[in-house]
Amino acid sequence: MTWGYVFRRLAMFFAVVLAATTVNFIVPRLAPGDPTAAVLEQLLSRGQQVEGAQDIVANYRARFGLDDPMLVQYGRYLFNSLRLDLGSSISYFPQSVTSAILAALPWTIALLSVSTVIAFGLGSLIGALLAWPGSPRAVHRLAPFLMVLSAIPYYLLALIVLYLLAIWTGWFPLGGAYSVFPNGFSLPVLWDLAYHAFLPALSIVLAGLGFWALGMRGAMINVLGEDYLALAEAKGLKKRRIFFKYAMRNALLPQVTALAIALGTAASGSVLVEVAFNYPGIGYLLYNALRSSDYFLIQGVAFFLVITVAFAVLVLDLLYPLLDPRIQRL
Amino acid sequence: MQSILRNTRAALAYLGTNPKMVAGMAILAVLLLIGIIGPLFVDIRLAEPISVRTNQPPSAEHWLGTDSGGRDLLAVVIAGTPQTLRMGVLAGVIGTTIGVMLGLFSGYFGGWWDRIIGAVTDTMLTIPPLAILLVVASSVRAVNVEMMALIIAALSWMHATRVIRAQVLALRELGYVQMARLSGLGSFSIIFREIFPNVIPIAFASLVGATSGAILSGMGLEVLGLGPQNTPTLGMTVYWALLYAAFSRGMWWWWSPPVIILALLFIALFLIASALDDFANPRLRSQS
Repeated sequence: MTWGYVFRRLAMFFAVVLAATTVNFIVPRLAPGDPTAAVLEQLLSRGQQVEGAQDIVANYRARFGLDDPMLVQYGRYLFNSLRLDLGSSISYFPQSVTSAILAALPWTIALLSVSTVIAFGLGSLIGALLAWPGSPRAVHRLAPFLMVLSAIPYYLLALIVLYLLAIWTGWFPLGGAYSVFPNGFSLPVLWDLAYHAFLPALSIVLAGLGFWALGMRGAMINVLGEDYLALAEAKGLKKRRIFFKYAMRNALLPQVTALAIALGTAASGSVLVEVAFNYPGIGYLLYNALRSSDYFLIQGVAFFLVITVAFAVLVLDLLYPLLDPRIQRL
Repeated sequence: MQSILRNTRAALAYLGTNPKMVAGMAILAVLLLIGIIGPLFVDIRLAEPISVRTNQPPSAEHWLGTDSGGRDLLAVVIAGTPQTLRMGVLAGVIGTTIGVMLGLFSGYFGGWWDRIIGAVTDTMLTIPPLAILLVVASSVRAVNVEMMALIIAALSWMHATRVIRAQVLALRELGYVQMARLSGLGSFSIIFREIFPNVIPIAFASLVGATSGAILSGMGLEVLGLGPQNTPTLGMTVYWALLYAAFSRGMWWWWSPPVIILALLFIALFLIASALDDFANPRLRSQS
C-alpha cells in the first residue's frame, strides 16, 4: 500500500465531509427567510411555550453571526461542524443535536452492520453456487426468486414483513427495540434485543440478498473462465477446495468494491426501515425531527449519515489492498 | 445512420425474445394503463381529502375502500401511479443525459478533466442520496413533482458517468476510432458519430436504472412526509397510512395498494434493466 493511495483516500473522505457541510450551509440560506426567523416562527406556530426559547434563539444568533460576511459565516460553520457542534435540538431540548444523534447511532450501526454482513456473506455464497456448475439444481431454481427480491426496496419489504410476521401471525413485536430499556447485558436482555431486531434485520437481509447474489454470480462467471481454474482441476484438487480457495476468493474482490458503493444506498434504506419499525436509531430520530420541523436535527442526521458511510467506505478502501495485493502496484 | 437503424432492429429482435424484457414491459404497460384508462371509469377528484366517507373497507361503491382522510383509494392509485412514473422518468432522463455527456467527455479526453470528473463521481457515489435530498426537501417546503424530479436528477448521474466512461476508454483505442482521428475528424464528431452509437444500449440500461433509483429516492422522501403535499402520490399514501396507524388498525386496504404497485413498478424496471444488460454484455446471456 503506497502513501499516495492512503493520501488520496483520506482526501476523498474529507471532500465528502466538506460537501456535506457545504450543502447543510448553503441550502437553508437559499430558502427564503433567515434561519433565526424560521426558528422563531416555528416555535410560535407550535403555539406552545418552549422552555428556554429565548436562549435557543440567542444561541443561534450568536452562532450564525448573521451580520458577518458570508465567507466568515461559512468558515465558522465548517469549524463548528468539524468539532461536531451542530447546535441544539428543538424536539429533544435541552439535548444538543450531537448528543441526540450519538444516543441513536449505536442502534443504527448495530442493525445495519449485522444485517449487511449477513446479506453480503449469504448472498455471495448463494451467488457463487448459482454460477458453479456442480451445485444442486434446487439452488438454480432460487435465481428468479432472488432477482425479484433484489428489485424490491428495503422499505417496501419491511412493510410486507411487518404485516405478515408481526400483524397477521403475531409472531414478532410490531416495533421498538426492547421491551424494557436494557441496563446491563444478560441473556434475557440479549434475547429481547434480538427478538425486536429480527424483523428490521430480516427486511434488510432479504432486500440485500438478491443484490449480492446476482453480483457474485456475474463475478464468478468471469473467474470460472480463467486458466488457473482449469489448471487447478487438472492438478486433481478437490472440488470443494477449488470452489472456496480458487474461485470464490477471487470473485469476492469486485464484491468488496461493490460493498463500498452500495453502503450509501443501504444506509438510506435502513433509515426508512427504522421508521417502519419504530426502531430507535437515527432513522426514527429523523422521523421525529421531520414531524416537529427540527431543522438542525434534520441537518445533523443528514451530516452524520454522510460521514458514517464515508468513514466505512474509507476503512473498506484502506483494507482493500490487503485483500488484493495487485493494487499496490498501481 | 444506417448502422444505427440496423442495430436498433437487431436490438428489438433480441429484446422481443428476452423473457425478462417481455415480462417487465407487460407489467409496466399494465401500470401505465391504470393511469390512462382509470380516469375514464373512476372520478379521480375522489383522491382529494374529505371527498368520501372515511375508513370504509372495500365495497361495491369503493373498490379499494377509503382512508381516514376521506380519500377513495382506487382514485388515489389511479391518480398517483402516473405521477410516480412521470417523476421517475423525468429525473431519470435528465440525470442520465448529464451522466452520459460527462462519461463520454471524461473517457474520450482523459487527462485532468477525467481525473476531476472521476473523483467527483466516486465521491458522490458514496454519499447516501437520501441525506442530501432530506436537507433540500426540508428547506424547500412546497415541492411539486417537477421540482422533486430536478432535485433527484442532480443526484442520479453518477452511475451513467461511470459505466459510459469505462466503455469509452475501451472504444477509444479501437481501430476505426483511430482511423477517424487520423482522417482529421473533429473530437466532437468522433464522440457523437463514432463512439456514442456504440454506447446506446448501455445508456439505455443506465436510464432504466436511474429511473428506478429516482423513484426509490422519491418514495424515500414521500414516506417521510416530504413529498408533494397537494398531489396524491403512492409514497405519500404510505406516509399517511403509517401516520394514522393503518397497520395496527387492521386497515390493510389502505397501505397495501400503493405498496403492491410500487413493488411491481420496481420489479418491472429491474427486469427491463436486466434484459438491456443482457443485450449490452452478450457474455451474460448464455448464463441466464
